[in-house]
Amino acid sequence: MSVLYLLIPLAILFGALFVVAFIWATRKGQFDDLETPPVRILFDDDK
Amino acid sequence: MTTDVRPFVGGASEAACPTEAVLCAHCGLVVPAGLIESEQEHQFCCHGCRTVYHVLHQNGLTAYYDYRRADGTSVGPALASGRSYAHFDEAKFHELYVRHEPDGTLNVRFLLEGVHCAACVWLVEKLPRLVPGVLESRLDLGKNLVALRWDPEQVALSAIAEAIDRLGYPPHPPQADQRAELDKKEDRKLLIRIAVAGACAGNVMLMAAALYGGLFQGMAAEYEALFRWGSFLLTLPAVLWAAALFYKGAFYALRARAPHMDLPITIGILTGFGWGAYNTLRGTGEIYFDSVTALIFLLLVGRWVQRRHQRRASRAAELLYAMAPASARLIEGATSEDGSLLAFGAASQHYRVREVPLEALELGALVEVRAGDRVPVDGLVVDGASEVDRAWLTGESRPELVEAGAVVHAGTVNVSSRLIVRAERTGHATRMGQLMERVEEAQSRRAPIVLLADRWSGFFVIAVLVLASLTLLSWWSHGPTQAIEHAVALLIVTCPCALGMATPLAVGAALGRAAQSGLLIKGGDVLERLQKPGRVVFDKTGTLTLGKLVLEDVRGDERYLPWVLAMERQSAHVIARALVSGLEERLSPEQLAEAKRLDGVRARERLGAGLFAEIDGHDVRIGNVQGARCLAEWASQGAEELARHGRTPVLVTVDGEVELLLGLGDPLRPDARETLQRLTDLGYDLAVLSGDHPATVEALVRQTGAPFVLALGGVTPEQKLEYVEQWVKERPVVMVGDGVNDAAALSAASVGVAVHGGAEASLQAADVFATRPGLTPVWRLIDGSRKSLGVVRRNLVFSLVYNLVGATLALAGVLNPLIAALLMPLSSLTVVTSSFRSRSFKT
Repeated sequence: MSVLYLLIPLAILFGALFVVAFIWATRKGQFDDLETPPVRILFDDDK
Repeated sequence: MTTDVRPFVGGASEAACPTEAVLCAHCGLVVPAGLIESEQEHQFCCHGCRTVYHVLHQNGLTAYYDYRRADGTSVGPALASGRSYAHFDEAKFHELYVRHEPDGTLNVRFLLEGVHCAACVWLVEKLPRLVPGVLESRLDLGKNLVALRWDPEQVALSAIAEAIDRLGYPPHPPQADQRAELDKKEDRKLLIRIAVAGACAGNVMLMAAALYGGLFQGMAAEYEALFRWGSFLLTLPAVLWAAALFYKGAFYALRARAPHMDLPITIGILTGFGWGAYNTLRGTGEIYFDSVTALIFLLLVGRWVQRRHQRRASRAAELLYAMAPASARLIEGATSEDGSLLAFGAASQHYRVREVPLEALELGALVEVRAGDRVPVDGLVVDGASEVDRAWLTGESRPELVEAGAVVHAGTVNVSSRLIVRAERTGHATRMGQLMERVEEAQSRRAPIVLLADRWSGFFVIAVLVLASLTLLSWWSHGPTQAIEHAVALLIVTCPCALGMATPLAVGAALGRAAQSGLLIKGGDVLERLQKPGRVVFDKTGTLTLGKLVLEDVRGDERYLPWVLAMERQSAHVIARALVSGLEERLSPEQLAEAKRLDGVRARERLGAGLFAEIDGHDVRIGNVQGARCLAEWASQGAEELARHGRTPVLVTVDGEVELLLGLGDPLRPDARETLQRLTDLGYDLAVLSGDHPATVEALVRQTGAPFVLALGGVTPEQKLEYVEQWVKERPVVMVGDGVNDAAALSAASVGVAVHGGAEASLQAADVFATRPGLTPVWRLIDGSRKSLGVVRRNLVFSLVYNLVGATLALAGVLNPLIAALLMPLSSLTVVTSSFRSRSFKT
């Protein structure tokens, strides 16, 4: 079971990476507008 | 609601008398009979729709209609204003609103009127295809904000703005860019806090699951220590950083000695964390890290939901405010060398007109005010004669005649023909500017209310602390460690997670539903201010009434009505327009045909006297009572009676004999009676404060049949403010208005409600504004607020019951962390469900 000493920090590091990615995306303004993107996805590009 | 577009096909069919209503090819609304052009394939309800339709077809953008149909929302006529945007190219404008990119392209952001659905997003973002030189166009639907990037070498900003306008979305420079930037920063920070707290809570919960497993099946001490230390470390960022805003709130509450929700939250979080940390170091005893982190996460989410819904209303107000004209038409070169004025004939080549930002106007500047424009300054009319609608500034329902030498005020609307005005006061010095200063004063004087949840939390803190000390005392005989353990368990289980979420979620959900039903509410406190019935104060013109003249009464020989119609059609006068639309509805097809026959008749207009024409050899005059000599008995009596009812009499004389008497009035809104009745039923008393003549006010009040306790006419904006400030000391006052003259009173009232179509100033001052016409929103607001607060109360009771159960268990010493960990999410879940399932503000 001593593998836990490796796996838990590893898992937390992994999770932390996602938090960092989220913070980066937020700072980039990805979540500033939560209303238009769900609408924009409906459009065909060449119409 | 159908958005089905059925273009009218003319030609062989009976174009003049269509059996079915003709629908506008662009917006799908019914085309007024007068605008049907039988020889055309497509019919339009207005010029705006025609423009947009042609732009879309010429550029192969008809997919717009498919997207709009798929979306299913109703649309109004296109708003294309056809304005000139030349002042967008001025250096001053660029300095204020345009940003430069390193690659030489420019950026600007505009608030757009009229964007509401998916199809609008599609169309606005197709702008690069319509206007060469526009590189990128991104629309933010929630904020009505478009971000444009363009190449200044290829196209001017004014041309881009005109193109957007032609699509039916008049652009306006955003006013509060700085505040928006701050809001954005705060939103982002809150999101990051949620992310951090959520990640911590999730991971701590996984470790807690392992620990609970160990509780039942046994666990090696070595691994137990690992999990305890692991969850301790993971709790640190949540408690030390993500939850910091609660500590700040609690600190301010303590310093201000006012109860606040953040206080019990802080106590709960810090005791839980402190004791957990101590036990981790000690290596024995309960840790509460899973409950603490989940609490922080859920509370932050609740805050975020409320914030988002509140923002929506302030954004809509911002757009409406940006729509107010921020430019004026400055006349240059109209004075000769010696300073005297040159002639202002239509053909005059002496002067140029330039659109400039309002701030650029100086004292003594000459401005042109076209018919339909808002007067931008306080000043003297130096040329032209027209009528000015002062309803927003004074509450008078009838437009007033102005000629050279008359004084006009900023904020009034020039109704019938062009005026040249010399600026005597600009900006804040104008009457309107001074009234707006009053608004700010009144707002700062308004007493804040202690929100229900905060009031509860005050008692709550005391109750919890008392219970905790009781626990401590009663378990002291079993040893201090055990006593502290039980007391801490009590503090944690009663930590008001549900209590803290109860209000933000219920209020957030209520504001969201209110927005869907046509009410934009700027803050959650509005709901609480409407709990006890008080006094509803109405403005008259434009609030209780429609705010426009309508033909209400016809006496005398109706054979002459077609003559009246034919003559009035040639005038742009307000009264003429009211008569034309009234008569077009009233007359039979034969009479309408008769009026059409007389199309060739030339009517002469004398300002202040009326219209004159010769029809079939008879001299016809349409005008006011003052201009008529020797009235017949029935006519003078009738005119008197009309005046008593607050109506404007119009006389039609044929060869010197009075043949017709027409009464024009500003009618009561169709839903006024019902709304007033419902408000009375709710226990409110009603009052009217109007700037209009007392007789008109009295006549209208009689017409409503409602039990007004007070109806005053001739009230100045300052007096309105005084009355409201005086009443608000005793009881809640809801002020309902639409004009600049109501603005100060709106901001001083417990709740200010601006009705649909009001002046921007009133929207800024009001706490609530309606996006649908009529007075029904006022009743809906009060009714919905009560129901919403019912939900808040229900939530508070739920969470208290949970806390009571937890507290009892803790006092009895049987509470273990597992029960605490179960009780908490269970109570939160109840509150969330109860908030979003409630039916307040039902549409």
